[in-house]
Amino acid sequence: MFENNMAMYSRYLTELTLAFHIIFATIGVGVPLMIALAHWIGLRKKDPHFLLLARRWSRGFVITVAVGVVTGTAIGLQLSLLWPNFMELAGQVIALPLFMETFAFFFEAIFLGIYLYTWNRFKNPYYHFGLLIPVIIGSSMSAVFITIVNAFMNAPQGFELKNGVITNIQPLVAMFNPATPTKVAHVLSSAYMTSAFVLASIAAFHLLKGSKHVYHKKAFHLTMIAALIFSVTTALVGDLSGKYLGKYQPEKLAAAEWHFETDDKAPLVLFGVLNEEQEVKNALKIPYALSILVGAKPSAEVIGLNEYPEDERPPLYVHYLFDLMVTIGIFLAGLAFLYAALIQWKQKFAYNKWFLRLSVISGGLALIAIEIGWIFAEVGRQPWILRGYMKTIEGATTSAHVDILLAAFGFLYAALGAGSIIILRKMFKTNTAEAELKELGL
Amino acid sequence: MSLELLGITVLWIFLFGYVIVASIDFGAGFFSMYSDISGRKDMIHTIIQRYLSPVWEITNVFLVFFFVGIVGFFPKTAFYYGTALLIPGSISIILLAIRGSYYAFGTYGMKNNRILTFLYGMTGVFIPASLSTVLIISEGGFISVKGKHVKLHLLELLTSPFAWSVVLLAIVSVLFISASFLTWYSSKANDYKAGALLRKYTLAWSLPSVLSALVVVLSMKTHNPEHFENMIQYSWMLILSILFFFIAVFFFYRKKHYGAAFLSVVLQYALAFFAYGTSHYPYLLYPYLTVQAGFTNETMAKSLVIVFILGLLLLVPSFLLVLKLFVFDKNYIQGK
Repeated sequence: MFENNMAMYSRYLTELTLAFHIIFATIGVGVPLMIALAHWIGLRKKDPHFLLLARRWSRGFVITVAVGVVTGTAIGLQLSLLWPNFMELAGQVIALPLFMETFAFFFEAIFLGIYLYTWNRFKNPYYHFGLLIPVIIGSSMSAVFITIVNAFMNAPQGFELKNGVITNIQPLVAMFNPATPTKVAHVLSSAYMTSAFVLASIAAFHLLKGSKHVYHKKAFHLTMIAALIFSVTTALVGDLSGKYLGKYQPEKLAAAEWHFETDDKAPLVLFGVLNEEQEVKNALKIPYALSILVGAKPSAEVIGLNEYPEDERPPLYVHYLFDLMVTIGIFLAGLAFLYAALIQWKQKFAYNKWFLRLSVISGGLALIAIEIGWIFAEVGRQPWILRGYMKTIEGATTSAHVDILLAAFGFLYAALGAGSIIILRKMFKTNTAEAELKELGL
Repeated sequence: MSLELLGITVLWIFLFGYVIVASIDFGAGFFSMYSDISGRKDMIHTIIQRYLSPVWEITNVFLVFFFVGIVGFFPKTAFYYGTALLIPGSISIILLAIRGSYYAFGTYGMKNNRILTFLYGMTGVFIPASLSTVLIISEGGFISVKGKHVKLHLLELLTSPFAWSVVLLAIVSVLFISASFLTWYSSKANDYKAGALLRKYTLAWSLPSVLSALVVVLSMKTHNPEHFENMIQYSWMLILSILFFFIAVFFFYRKKHYGAAFLSVVLQYALAFFAYGTSHYPYLLYPYLTVQAGFTNETMAKSLVIVFILGLLLLVPSFLLVLKLFVFDKNYIQGK
């Protein structure tokens, strides 16, 4: 009982750290790309508005990077501190991508430092822009490698486990497991999408407040068009992820869809609630849709949850998470599409108050979808920490005091979160874009 | 050289890299706070910020690199150290988080926040202390292992003279290494006022650094006689280390060759660090875990080594670029 308690607290603490970290990690992956876009357009078109945009974004980015780095260091160490048994096992098979991740992180850290502190130091401005390329490569590749580690936990392969002894290890096979392609693609595209919406929210906020400056309109346009492209990509990859689940991790998809009996012509269950007899009530059922999602034809067989022993099933509440993630994703894609349509045909409605209000909340919604999506992905593979090989409880630490640490880290993250908000607000409130433009003589 | 020896050597070199760059960082934080309290903030704060702002993230990566590397090459360390270090490790994380956010929060928006400066300065002392617990427990005597249960004896750790002597050495060394680097850095910036003050700090912390090292070696004699005996075999390294110490102090005292002086400090610590590390071999955790027993399987080791070489090909030129832009660029250092 005592040990199980610590396993539970270890889960809470890992959840807390990751939930806090991914906000900054997502921004850390996506925003450099957006900065590069603005910087590139600014240089090509010789447009000082876009150059200022890149500069202001990167200033704010420093704050998020700092918090991302410290929370990333925290989760990196906590993996060994809270899950020593898991890391001992996984370390032998999956150390390679973890190691590569630190190289990518190193690469990013070096060039981000240079980029931030060398504005106006190079005679040829393209040299300075060029520094962003390793930053983007570094940040995106570290997302790729760390996601590979996570994919391995979902679809472990590349080793043999006999009586607790690991043999026949193939690091590359472990890295390129069936979960890797869809996971990596989904993480990257959703990070780019979320960052675009977060930056769009800021521009929309200024437009909503009544600023008619072309600077904000340019920012809004760039971010919304980027958001449209990335949300379409995310949706497409999401579909592929569904197919992956159907084939390799059917219990996760079955829990997400409350699909109990193995069946062909399976319907997609939207919303609804589950009563105590495990009957689905008030749900919207789209006939054949789940079969089509999984097997690309209405008659495809979809494995049901009842095929799995009860102690190997994920909790059923993941259905709500899955639905919410997809709903937000579709809503956001629709919003970006609407913007593109409005700007093409009915420009004045693109700055309509209600449309701007929805755009202001889009960044927050995208971040919520990221959180929910990760919780779904992680809780959906419970009770396993290494699917099919190691239960979560077996991986946890046997030390006491995890509960105290949970509280301590809770305080820490609260302080870091509050600090980031205060600083970011202060940075941009005292030094508005308009004031800075005036200073530049524009 | 066998793969496991190669692995631990590479990691040890990286740990040394972290010791130097992190010492500069931690010490700078402490001096920054101290000069603020004593009303001399403007003298050295600018010079410290100019060096540290672009590189603090890199410093942090050195640490991440080490702990990911050691779990990769020696997965069993995750089991032993991970279980034993839950509390001290978490304390380090929290302190590092406070410190990391200072750079961001303190550089923007909250420039003259006293509480932040204080936290920043104090973490400069507490982080080396908390990180040195890893080295302390690696000497054995503070944890017990029963089957799958690893237990850290926190009370024994907190009351051990050996442990406290290592902590003292860590803190004093941090201040000495940092002051000697910053003296050199400010001389390059032609900032004579800061240089003079930092030179004083360097000289003030020089003697304690050597004395505390001596205390550690002597207390090791009672705590872990086996390691102590091994270390005697490498006493030529320790003697060389002391020699470099005297060269460094001599140069600082005579106010010349600050670059060579700082290099001597680095060599002083390198020799001591590698004498300590070599004599610790073959134990990763005395007496439970040896380098051989903790080593990962061969396939993984080989691929890690390949990635490591490729990674270095990427990192070394990038790192030189940083040095060129922020350490060896006169205009940047002088704030032009």
